[in-house]
Amino acid sequence: MHEEQLNPTLHSEEIIGEAETFKNQLLRLKRENKLAVFSAFVIFLFILAAVFAPLLTPYGYADEDIMNRLQPPSSEHWLGTDDAGRDVFTRLLYGARISLAVGIIPTMISILFGAMVGIIAGFVGGKVDAVIMRIADVMLAFPSMLLAMVIMYTLGDGIINIFLALALVNWASVARVVRSETLALKKSEYVEAARCIGVKQRVIMMRHILPNCLPSMIVLFTLNIPSSILAESSLSFLGVGIQLPQAAWGLMVNTGRQFFYSHPWLSLAPSIAIMIIVMAFNFLGDGLRDVMDPHLKK
Amino acid sequence: MLKSIASRIGQTLIVIVGVAMLIFFLLRIVPGNAVATMMSEHADAATIARISAELGLDKPWYVQFWIYITGALHGDFGTSYALHRPVKELLLLSFPNTVKLAVLAALVAWIIGVLAGIVAAQKKNGFLDRIFMGFSLLGVSMPVFMVAMILQYTIAYKLHWLPISGGDSLKCFILPAIALGWNSAGSIARLTRSTLLEVLQEDYIDTARAKGRSQMGVIVLHALRNAMLPVLTMMALQLSSLLSGAVITETVFGINGIGRLAVDAISGRDIPLLQGTVLFTTVLVVLGNLVADCLYTVLDPRIRKEA
Repeated sequence: MHEEQLNPTLHSEEIIGEAETFKNQLLRLKRENKLAVFSAFVIFLFILAAVFAPLLTPYGYADEDIMNRLQPPSSEHWLGTDDAGRDVFTRLLYGARISLAVGIIPTMISILFGAMVGIIAGFVGGKVDAVIMRIADVMLAFPSMLLAMVIMYTLGDGIINIFLALALVNWASVARVVRSETLALKKSEYVEAARCIGVKQRVIMMRHILPNCLPSMIVLFTLNIPSSILAESSLSFLGVGIQLPQAAWGLMVNTGRQFFYSHPWLSLAPSIAIMIIVMAFNFLGDGLRDVMDPHLKK
Repeated sequence: MLKSIASRIGQTLIVIVGVAMLIFFLLRIVPGNAVATMMSEHADAATIARISAELGLDKPWYVQFWIYITGALHGDFGTSYALHRPVKELLLLSFPNTVKLAVLAALVAWIIGVLAGIVAAQKKNGFLDRIFMGFSLLGVSMPVFMVAMILQYTIAYKLHWLPISGGDSLKCFILPAIALGWNSAGSIARLTRSTLLEVLQEDYIDTARAKGRSQMGVIVLHALRNAMLPVLTMMALQLSSLLSGAVITETVFGINGIGRLAVDAISGRDIPLLQGTVLFTTVLVVLGNLVADCLYTVLDPRIRKEA
């Protein structure tokens, strides 16, 4: 009953009613939503910058040059240098690697795991469902930042641990959405039919339920990326994420903070980078949601 | 209705027990000895053994868990390892500041968010709508620390209108409240706008207009009442994000709140303090959500009847 209240518009027949292919949906997105297309282009630029960072700058992200510390922006150092003389533009480019990785990898893990758990909970029902959903409730009860901080404390610093922490924090909300979709799909005629002809539960879940949950999984994926990026930058900002001399945007903001009044660009440049990439993913996610998943429109 | 509230309370209790267990186990599976991690490199085996005994960390895990749970039920969260004071005392000292900040931020978010949402819905696709929705998108996309630092730089440092950081007076909380509430204001504005636009298409709105109500009257007396329910839920849920978002705001503005306590606990490797702050905040948020849920059941006649 609880899920019915949460998602009153979800009905099985609506889900099956649409038979637009993924390719057509993307074409429609391209036609109807210029902003989303532009955002995709911006994200592509960030990816290029991240991949080709070594070709775009003569410096290394950890190269210190103490004689040239805290330089203002110039033709040699486009965004100046930080307190150890590291080139800020270079660190920004390398920071994109971490932000994109942190946006994509833990989100992917949490979506895959959350979807698996959600489908099992919704389809099997009963005690399995109750246990899984109570665990999800516990995870969702935590303020996400605090939970991520505790997990980082336990696991220790480092990028792999950030992946794990963010995936652990995020799977539960995915499980909830996918579970309620599964509940609706379970009642659909083709699932009934598959069951009647004796198809195994596991096969029904993989072949009939999962593909129908894909649209909302893709939408959740794009919309969860920006929150993961923001979460990592906050963790690094607080000093429990990526550590020096690594280049992560949140960390750059934090190290620039003590010089903020004299050298504001040290913190502003990475902040603006975070804002742009987060906005781009938000616009793209909104656009995808509009063409792919009318139920999530709110 | 009572039955559904009772079952919600039951669920909440289960969640609280789960939360307490998760925190306990997360903080005790620290690779290697938890005490050694706390004391970093300059500690010999004897000291580690002594501290372990002092903190009860040498006992089996179920005894430790029992001590932790019974203590927490009595409001005893142990003693801070780094600050040598009862965690409860530290929590009670910081709590008023966090609440002050969260309430002010919520006010900022609700007032700005709802007003902007109403104006935007009224002038749908107009100039103000675009401006407000643009700002709300900025609000959702800007990291909290960025908003905080920009406010500090402009309002406090350049214009000298408000103090940069620290202090206990209400004046010192204005900038932090804006920084923290800004993000939530964006999402509330978007939600208010979209629900209001939906409600404005209902028949009873046309009826009200036909009866000769002014535009203002229609919005306030008829549309807003119905549009506010989802907004209210969101406001309640944001309590959680406001309390956890406060970690960063409190750090940037130097406010001695619970979030800062958690950050200090982590940098001081102070397990009792970290355990206490996280448990305290989370239980608070869970209880807040419970109250919001019950209020919602009471407020919405449809749910009331169903339940």
